[in-house]
Amino acid sequence: MKFYVPPQLKRLAIAFAVFIVLFLVLRKFLVPDSFGQYGHYRGDSLADNALPEIHYAGQQACLDCHQDIEDLKAKDVHARIHCETCHGPGQKHVLSGEASDILKPDSREFCGNCHGKNAAKKPGTIVQVQLSEHNTDKKCIECHNPHQPWEMKE
Amino acid sequence: MGNEGVKSSRRKFLKSAATASGAILGYSLLKSSQYLVYAAEPEDPNLPWYGIVIDVEKCIGCGACAKACKNENDVPVEPFFFRTWVEQYTVKNDGSVEIQSPNGGIDGFTQTVPDEEIFKSFFVPKMCNHCAKSPCVQVCPVGATYDSPEGIVLVDEKYCIGCRYCVQACPYGCRFIHPVKKVASKCTLCYHRIKKGLAPACMETCPTGARMYGNLRDKNSEIVKFLKEHTTQVLRPNLNTGAKLYYNALSSEVR
Repeated sequence: MKFYVPPQLKRLAIAFAVFIVLFLVLRKFLVPDSFGQYGHYRGDSLADNALPEIHYAGQQACLDCHQDIEDLKAKDVHARIHCETCHGPGQKHVLSGEASDILKPDSREFCGNCHGKNAAKKPGTIVQVQLSEHNTDKKCIECHNPHQPWEMKE
Repeated sequence: MGNEGVKSSRRKFLKSAATASGAILGYSLLKSSQYLVYAAEPEDPNLPWYGIVIDVEKCIGCGACAKACKNENDVPVEPFFFRTWVEQYTVKNDGSVEIQSPNGGIDGFTQTVPDEEIFKSFFVPKMCNHCAKSPCVQVCPVGATYDSPEGIVLVDEKYCIGCRYCVQACPYGCRFIHPVKKVASKCTLCYHRIKKGLAPACMETCPTGARMYGNLRDKNSEIVKFLKEHTTQVLRPNLNTGAKLYYNALSSEVR
């Protein structure tokens, strides 16, 4: 039996074919090459995300030059704290070696971020000080060496 | 006779439909080309599969993590854009809960509720949960956010159209639209650092070791050991997001 295809359907089929070919050609040019390499995303984006420069150099970079401070620290309660916790991002300082490229915070408020009294800090885990009562006229570092808090300066 | 014609054309139609669907199925099975069919590759068992642990008991709310994150990732310093931040929960004796996070905790916390009214109080650091079944990844209409082979949820800044759909979808509020770049931004677990073998900035600077990250696939890793020895919980487990940020000693008040 001869299968009859009406002419309007033939025209529609041609239109469909043209549309699909056009779609595939456009897609070829618009979708980045690495799209679908690992999943439904641009594979090159992984490399993009690994690109930014680091600002924090990491503890090992500090120890490369400042092992003496680390030895000092090791004797007291601040032993486990990494240098950049207080001194801020150090990569610039590592590259330049300039003292001006690293922070030396000395305010009472800065020490208070950790040691200020707060009910949410578990008693016995950290020394807490009521900043409004404890030697209000002095900076913490006038008595305490931040690297060795219990080696009092006076 | 007319009935015959209908039957035979139906048979023909079914035949051609079966052939077409068989061809499509065969094509997708062959996967000779990923040109038309995208499917996530099976995860590479040789790569690490990162998870995070936050120990609520160890956090002292100093905000070093939030500050380091902003420094490391050039997150706008202007308030209310955070990739990680710290919240203080205060449960009062009358049962009400007060939650505060002044400037994400960067400048530390001041106790606002007097001691005698407090039932309990604690700090909860928050960050991206790097969910294995992330709602934010599922809703992205252009494939600009994705789960990396290492299990880190990342954003493709070149591909993101800034539609904000993912910001709405994240049940943990961990995404924002970067005010300058106008694209979605979030914690990358410092992808650029861990690829160089360095710890994420928040974990590098945490003075008490309240944060930990590691390879969940390595059964001898520190994080797996911690998970074995402690009772940990994820945020909003009912949403089945597959969160990989595990909290130790998490109170039920935390949302």
